[in-house]
Amino acid sequence: MMLKISDLKVNYGGIEAVKGISFTVPEKSIVTLIGANGAGKSTTLRTIAGLVKPQSGKIEFLGEDITGKGVEDIVSRNITMVPEGRKIFPDLTVLENLKIGAYLRKDDITDDLNYVFDLFPRLKERTWQHGGTLSGGEQQMLAVGRALMSRPKLMMMDEPSLGLAPLVVRNIFEIIQEINKQGVTILLIEQNANMALKVADIGYVLETGRITLSGTGQELLANEGVKAAYLGT
Amino acid sequence: MEFLNTNLPYILAGISVGGQYALIAIGYTMVYGILRLINFAHGDIFMVAGFAMVYLSASLPLYISIPMTIIITVVLGFAVERMAYRPLRTAPRMSIMISAIGVSYLLQNCAWYITSGLAKQYPTIPWISESISIGTATTKIVTVITPVLTLVLVIALVILIKYTKIGMAMRAMAKDFETSRLMGVKINSVISFTFIIGSFLAAIGSLLYFTNYATVTPIAGAMPGLKAFVAAVFGGIGSIPGAVIGAFIIGICENVIKMFGWTTFSDAFTFALLIIILVAKPTGLFGEKSTDKV
Repeated sequence: MMLKISDLKVNYGGIEAVKGISFTVPEKSIVTLIGANGAGKSTTLRTIAGLVKPQSGKIEFLGEDITGKGVEDIVSRNITMVPEGRKIFPDLTVLENLKIGAYLRKDDITDDLNYVFDLFPRLKERTWQHGGTLSGGEQQMLAVGRALMSRPKLMMMDEPSLGLAPLVVRNIFEIIQEINKQGVTILLIEQNANMALKVADIGYVLETGRITLSGTGQELLANEGVKAAYLGT
Repeated sequence: MEFLNTNLPYILAGISVGGQYALIAIGYTMVYGILRLINFAHGDIFMVAGFAMVYLSASLPLYISIPMTIIITVVLGFAVERMAYRPLRTAPRMSIMISAIGVSYLLQNCAWYITSGLAKQYPTIPWISESISIGTATTKIVTVITPVLTLVLVIALVILIKYTKIGMAMRAMAKDFETSRLMGVKINSVISFTFIIGSFLAAIGSLLYFTNYATVTPIAGAMPGLKAFVAAVFGGIGSIPGAVIGAFIIGICENVIKMFGWTTFSDAFTFALLIIILVAKPTGLFGEKSTDKV
């Protein structure tokens, strides 16, 4: 098991945002947490990334306890995060944005740059442009590319579809599957439950800080409750 | 020509003092750019550099006391951040600002205590204290050296920020701490590095400034510190080229005022200029539109 979360409780902004959740992410899989705004999805990811300290519970990565470790430590274990709202660096060029993704690496990054440019040819045409001048979709590509530059074992993605046109969203999800095929494990949180469940091997439904349902992506897509609450059908 | 001949010393002095302000102003603007903190203690760190040189050179040769002065100043800048600002990193911004004011007065009071408030004679650094004639003007070599050295250091700094990994991390952090951390940037080290550069430049500035003014007092950092801060705001706080250009403009204007015989008003003029510029362009010459982090 790549990632194992046991009975995780997190307080955030004075409220108990995550109220004891447990889930696992098997190696080389795509796992998604779906749920409404405020369900605790982002808090869960931020806690795994080390940005937020949990109240209790345990986070294990590749058999090692990483609960409460700092961001630097987590990042150095090849866990990366594509943050909500993309958060590319607007004043850095596209190339610099990619280079900073490889900040902790000391080896040659040429191959990785080429890999990212193969995935996103659009970025290659714009290496000298400032990140802030890209369109929303291109910024999302850049955020994903930047995350890949660290050669992640686990890539966590916070709402990659947020604010993007449907066509761009489809494109991003194809890329996610492609990256996954290359051996990167993916933990994805989404409000766009339809898209997320279609690509996910395993899905969990999060409601006000608790996991209320779990199953394969297909099972959840077919579930009446999920359909009513999240798929709008 | 006659006009130039009589007034050349003032213009030279203005360029020189502008360079000295620039070296201090960079420390303000870099710290602000990354931490959104006005480091009120920066002028006093500059003053401590002056006293360090006075006391060290009393018993040590210059080739040891100058590097030692620089090292002490850098260590002081590093220590101030470590002890007075870092513990307040998550506190409201006002708290860290008050802490900076506290450090400022702490340093001034310590200096009063050690020196009994007496002005100390600054040691004469050979060569740069010698006189030189430019046209009809006679001035110290330091007057000519200052702008040149300032520009060399500024160019080196700009290259560092633009082309090195730590420079890239600084630019990233200026926009977004959290995402920088997610990239693996050790933000505390980068912040320490910023204070080290700022203090290093302030130490160089103090060598040049006090060679020119010959005495150090416990409040010697206050006025140049304030002027440099004005220069940083004037140029658009957070911008290094802005701070440098702002510092040269202020240095030159202040001496042109003296040239017209209004020496008494030269400080008042500096601050009046600041008010006018800020009313016309609140973000300064090269300032970003919004300085608050999202």
